[in-house]
Amino acid sequence: MRGFYWLALLPALLLLLGLYVAPLFGVLLISVTEPRPGLGNYELLLTSASVQRALWTTARISLMTTVVTLLLGYVVAYAMRTASGTAQRWMMFWVLFPFWISVLVRSFAWITLLRGEGVINTALRGIGLIEEPLPLVRNELGVVIGMVHAMLPYAILTLYANMRGIDLRLMAAARGLGAGRTAAFLRVFLPLTRPGILGATVLVFILSLGFYVTPAILGGGKTLMIAEYVALQINETLRWGLGTMLATTLMIAVLGLMWTLSRVLDVKKLFGPG
Amino acid sequence: MHTLKRSGATLALAWMVLSFLLLPAFVVFPVSLTTTRYLSLPRDGVSFQHWRTLFTDPAWMSGIWESLVIATVSTAIAVAAGTLCAIGCWRLGTRVAEQVRAAMILPLMVPTIVYALGIYRLYVELDLVGTMLGVILAHAVTGLPYVVLTVTASLSNLDPALEKAARSLGANVPQTLARVIVPNVLPGVLSGAIFAFIHSWDELVIVIFIGGRALFTLPRLMWDGINENLDPAIAAVASALILFTLVVLLVELGLRARRERRDGGAA
Repeated sequence: MRGFYWLALLPALLLLLGLYVAPLFGVLLISVTEPRPGLGNYELLLTSASVQRALWTTARISLMTTVVTLLLGYVVAYAMRTASGTAQRWMMFWVLFPFWISVLVRSFAWITLLRGEGVINTALRGIGLIEEPLPLVRNELGVVIGMVHAMLPYAILTLYANMRGIDLRLMAAARGLGAGRTAAFLRVFLPLTRPGILGATVLVFILSLGFYVTPAILGGGKTLMIAEYVALQINETLRWGLGTMLATTLMIAVLGLMWTLSRVLDVKKLFGPG
Repeated sequence: MHTLKRSGATLALAWMVLSFLLLPAFVVFPVSLTTTRYLSLPRDGVSFQHWRTLFTDPAWMSGIWESLVIATVSTAIAVAAGTLCAIGCWRLGTRVAEQVRAAMILPLMVPTIVYALGIYRLYVELDLVGTMLGVILAHAVTGLPYVVLTVTASLSNLDPALEKAARSLGANVPQTLARVIVPNVLPGVLSGAIFAFIHSWDELVIVIFIGGRALFTLPRLMWDGINENLDPAIAAVASALILFTLVVLLVELGLRARRERRDGGAA
């Protein structure tokens, strides 16, 4: 009766191949056929100044996001690891709740907080700290704030999953052998979290590369990352060749990094909602 | 007993980061109650006018309706196909089945913008742009990974002997599936359904591309509103969505706790 179970795979497989994999191949195909066959679109990676600016903006913002997210996320994961059971559960809930709010809603919330007439600037002016509103949004700062906010749960969950496997008595042993608190952390705990740090870094960086909604809303059109640049090519200038070439490049970069990561860690565990 | 000394500074910083995480969720509620026609905290009194707009304006109402229909139907498809697939892979246990399961998480890894271009182009050919069916199918296939992952997690705790026992007692394969396997992984199926539903309900990028001129789901209406006029009614929509997420998350956490209790009891 194994035939039946093979049959059970069929609906999902057909959906995936027909409506997911095939369209992706379509993107790849368009990128080497429009406007004319060949690798002309890919040459733009090396020759077009606006393409390079978008790539550079994407790399810069993704890197900043990754560094800030990892630092803040590590602190939270560490506090969660060492907290008592109840505090740990509360912290976990506080991480998961914003995680499940859509990035659209969160970006909108950041607009209401950060814009010139927004909550933060109004409050700061109200108590007389500033006279002119601070430029917190519609620039790179706004984008990074929104993206760090979106990425923190991924980093915290990845780091925490790794830290949970570490025996805290090792730290006590190090202290017993005469290491100071800082030394015990730096020489015992920190090295043990290297897989978590690596996993979280790659994951946050990869996810940052493809961000569309957050930079589009909080960047105000001034900080053009790849995804938004691609959407512009398709919706405004109708340059399908250029748009699909960048999309393909993005996909290859993401899948390549993901594959590298999977050599080191179990990627499925990082993504599992469970 | 905790042998690791907790540092007060670390803990304080951690709670500050957690507050940063929660800040946006809490700011939209007061803003949605503002008396003004622009985005601000309420100054002189509160007003429910923007919430009234949300539930009386035909555009918002039709957005809520379209989002509900799309999310419900696409979730049903994703749950049916994803559960069957996860069970098939689990029972077969071959290398090929393993690879099928790995392929199913592809939609979680590829940036949505890439897929949006591809499916838009395909739908132009198939004349599915701006149709409910088109969006439902696209959301179903991108919702599959959630179901496959949660059901697979549930199955990993299921004893394969149960299936053999049912078969030797005379149940045929569909009966075994319906009466033995599925009931045992039901919490996983429900979790998957919840995640697939939220995925579709919140999805924006694909809808921007394939929604055409006819389909305006709730996220797409929000997106247009943010880009056009920043109406405080959006704050009411955002608050409603956050409340909705909170309720769904609590249900999911409850399911997970139940699953863990049961698995813990079985082990």
